[in-house]
Amino acid sequence: MAELLPIKNNELILRSDIPDLKFDDFREALLDFTSEAGQAGQIVQFFAYPDQDDLKLLAVLRSDKLYVAGCDAPAKFASLTAESEKFNLFEREMAEQYGLEPEGHPWLKMVRYHANYVGKPDIFGNDYSSAIPGNYPYFKVDGEVVHEVAVGPVHAGIIEPGHFRFQCLGERVLNLEIQHGYQHRGVEKLLQTVPFKRLPILAETIAGDTTIAHALCQAQALESLIGLEVDAGSSRVRVIALELERIANHIGDLGAMSLDVAFAPPAAYFGRIRGEYLNLSQIVSGNRFGRGLIRPGGVTKVIGSEQRDLLLAKFAELTPEVEHVNDLIFSAPSVLARFENTGTVSHADAVKLGLVGYVGRACGLPYDSRVTFPTEIYGELPANSNHVTDGDVCSRAVVRREEIMHSIALINTLLANPEAVGSYLPAHFELAPRAMVVSLNEGWRGETSHCLLTDATGQILRYKVKDPSFHNWPGLALALRDEGISDFPICNKSFNLSYCGFDL
Amino acid sequence: MLKVLKNRLEQGHRTTKYPKQPITLYERFRGLPEVNRNCSAEIIRRCADACPQAAINSETGQIDLGRCVFCGLCEALSAGEFVRFSQDFEMAAAVRDDLITYGDLPGLADHSQNHFKKLFGRSLQLRQISAGGCNACEADINVLNTPFFDLSRFGIQYVASPRHADGIHVTGPISKNMCQAVLTTYAAVPSPKVVIASGACAISGGPFYGSDEIVGDLNQLLPVDLYIPGCPPHPLTTLHALLNYFK
Repeated sequence: MAELLPIKNNELILRSDIPDLKFDDFREALLDFTSEAGQAGQIVQFFAYPDQDDLKLLAVLRSDKLYVAGCDAPAKFASLTAESEKFNLFEREMAEQYGLEPEGHPWLKMVRYHANYVGKPDIFGNDYSSAIPGNYPYFKVDGEVVHEVAVGPVHAGIIEPGHFRFQCLGERVLNLEIQHGYQHRGVEKLLQTVPFKRLPILAETIAGDTTIAHALCQAQALESLIGLEVDAGSSRVRVIALELERIANHIGDLGAMSLDVAFAPPAAYFGRIRGEYLNLSQIVSGNRFGRGLIRPGGVTKVIGSEQRDLLLAKFAELTPEVEHVNDLIFSAPSVLARFENTGTVSHADAVKLGLVGYVGRACGLPYDSRVTFPTEIYGELPANSNHVTDGDVCSRAVVRREEIMHSIALINTLLANPEAVGSYLPAHFELAPRAMVVSLNEGWRGETSHCLLTDATGQILRYKVKDPSFHNWPGLALALRDEGISDFPICNKSFNLSYCGFDL
Repeated sequence: MLKVLKNRLEQGHRTTKYPKQPITLYERFRGLPEVNRNCSAEIIRRCADACPQAAINSETGQIDLGRCVFCGLCEALSAGEFVRFSQDFEMAAAVRDDLITYGDLPGLADHSQNHFKKLFGRSLQLRQISAGGCNACEADINVLNTPFFDLSRFGIQYVASPRHADGIHVTGPISKNMCQAVLTTYAAVPSPKVVIASGACAISGGPFYGSDEIVGDLNQLLPVDLYIPGCPPHPLTTLHALLNYFK
C-alpha cells in the first residue's frame, strides 16, 4: 500500500505527512484496500473537512494495521458506494454535512436531517423549515398483498426515538428501513466550537450507555495532541471503568432478550444485577454511568483500598449469581428455540457491511480493537475468543455471555494487582497545531472512534465522532430480511444499537 | 423448572424499603451540593469560570441545578471550600427558580399542586418521551421497573400509549427533529395532564446548550410542572420526586 500512510492508534500525525492524493488515486486505493481481493480492509473513519477555503476528504482504514490518506474533495465525484456497501453511510454523511455529491450512489438520502455546515445548496432538496423527514423517499415494495408497518419515532417503551418501516408480505418482513435523525443534537459542530472545558462533558453524553468509551477516545486523542502521559494506575482505573460498562450493558440486554421471548425470571434478576454493576461504577466515579471520571491527563478518582475491597466483595457475591442466571437462560429449550436461527446475518454480509463489536464477532469477524489496536494497558491483558459464530440472535447472546465472564476476569485480575494512581489536576492545555490524531477503543458495542484535526493555531478544525452503531444499524435491517415481524424485538435487542450515538 | 426455583431462592427479596426507611448512597455519589456562603469571592469566581455548564453564579455563588451535570469539578477545584456534593438525592423542584440554590431546596411536597395529588395520587400513568436524550436518563427511569425499586407498588406506571397517560415525562435537550413528536404526543394525552422535565438536558439543554439543533428548555414548548435535575437523575431522585409531588 504505497499510497496509504501506516499510523498507530492515538499517534500524533502532522497533517502535512498525510498522503495528499489525487481523487482518482484516492478512490482506487480505498476500493482496493477494502475489497476482498485486496486487503479486505474496513473503514474506521471517512469524512470531509474544511481546510482554509477548500474541502478535503480523509480516510482512516484498518486491516491488522491502521492507515490514513486524504485528497481534495471534488464537489461531485464517482460514488464509492456504487462499488462497495462499506462506504454507504459515510458518503451519505458527507453529502449531508458538506454538500458533496457522490454521483451514482444507489441510496443517497439524508442521514440525520439537518442543513449542511457550509451553506451550500441542499443535495436532498430540503429547506429544513418543515419537520423531519422532509424529502425522504422510503423504500417501498409494490404489490396488492404487500403492506407497510411504520413504527416510531416514539416507541412503546422507555427508549430513544427512531423510525422503522417494514415492508411485509403477511407476517414476513421483505425489507426493513431504519430512518434516523430524531436524536440529532449537533454534537460534532459543538465539539468544534465550544471552549475546551466543555469537551469532556460532551464526550460523556454522546451516548449515555457508552459514556466511558467515548470519554476514553476523547481523552486519549487530546492527550496525544497535548503531549500528556497517563500513569499506569490511572490507565488501570480507565480499563476497569470500561469493562464495568461492558458488563452492565451486556447483562441488561441478556435479561431484556429473555423477556422478549417471554421468559420473565432472568429479566427480573438481570435487571437488578445490571443495576449492581452501575452502582459499582458509582463507587468508583460517583456516577452510575462513570461520568466525571475520565479527563485528559488521567482520572479524577483513584481506586483506593476501600473501593477495591468494595468492588472485590461485590464481584465475589455477583459472579455466581450471573453464572446461575446465564445458565437459566441458556439451558431453557424454549429460549434457545427462539434464539437459534433467528435474525441471521451471514458472514459474507457482515464483511460487506463492516459490522463491528459483538455483532461482528457473532458473525465470525473476530476483530476486537482491544486486541488489534490496544490502548491503555490492554496490550498486557488476555484476549477473549468466541466459538459460536452463526450470526443469529443466539450467537450474539452467547458472545455477550462470554464477554461478561471475560470482563469479570479482567477486572478481578486488575484489582488483585493494585497500582498507585497519579493525582489529577484540571488545567488548560494547548493542542499541537496542524495535526491529526485518531483514537479507537472497544466500547461495549464495538469499535468507537474519535478523529481530531487541528488548524495552524491549534484550534480544533474538525472533530469526527464514530459510534459503532454507525456500522451496525444496516446489519439489523439485514437481520430482519425474511423474518417474521414479531421477531423484530428480539433481533433489535440482540443488537441493541445506539440512536444518539448514530445521530450525534 | 428446578433451575427456576433455585435461582428464585438465590435471588430472594430485593426490593428497597425506601421511602419508609432511608437509604444511604456511597460517599462518592454527587447529590445535592452544599454551598459555603462564606467562601472567598476569588474561589467562587475561579469555580464559575471553570464550570463547563456555566451553572455557577460568580456573584452570589448559587448553583443552578437545572444546568449542573454534577461533574464535581467545582468541589475538586475548591478542595471543598466553595462546594461539597452531599449524598442527598432528594432534589426535585416544582418551580424552575428554586433550582438556583445554595443547597437549601424547599420541600417538594409543599409545592405540589393539590389537584394533581387528588387526581393522580392513587394511580399515575406516564408516557416517557426521549427527545435527544443520550439514554442515560432513559435507562435510569427504566430501572424503576426492576425489582429493587418496583415502581408499580406505588401505583405509578410508564405506559406505551399517550392516550392511556396522565402526563409526559420528557428527557433530552428536545432536538429540533423531535420537537413535533413531543408536541403531538403531548396533544394525545387527555387533560388534565402533567409535564415532567427530567435531567439537565430537558431543563436547560444540558451539555448541549448553545447548539442550534436543539430547543433546549422544555418550558419554551410546554408548561413544566416538575423538574428533576441530574445527569442523569439518580433513580432514587426520580422516585422521590414522583412520590413527593403526586402522593
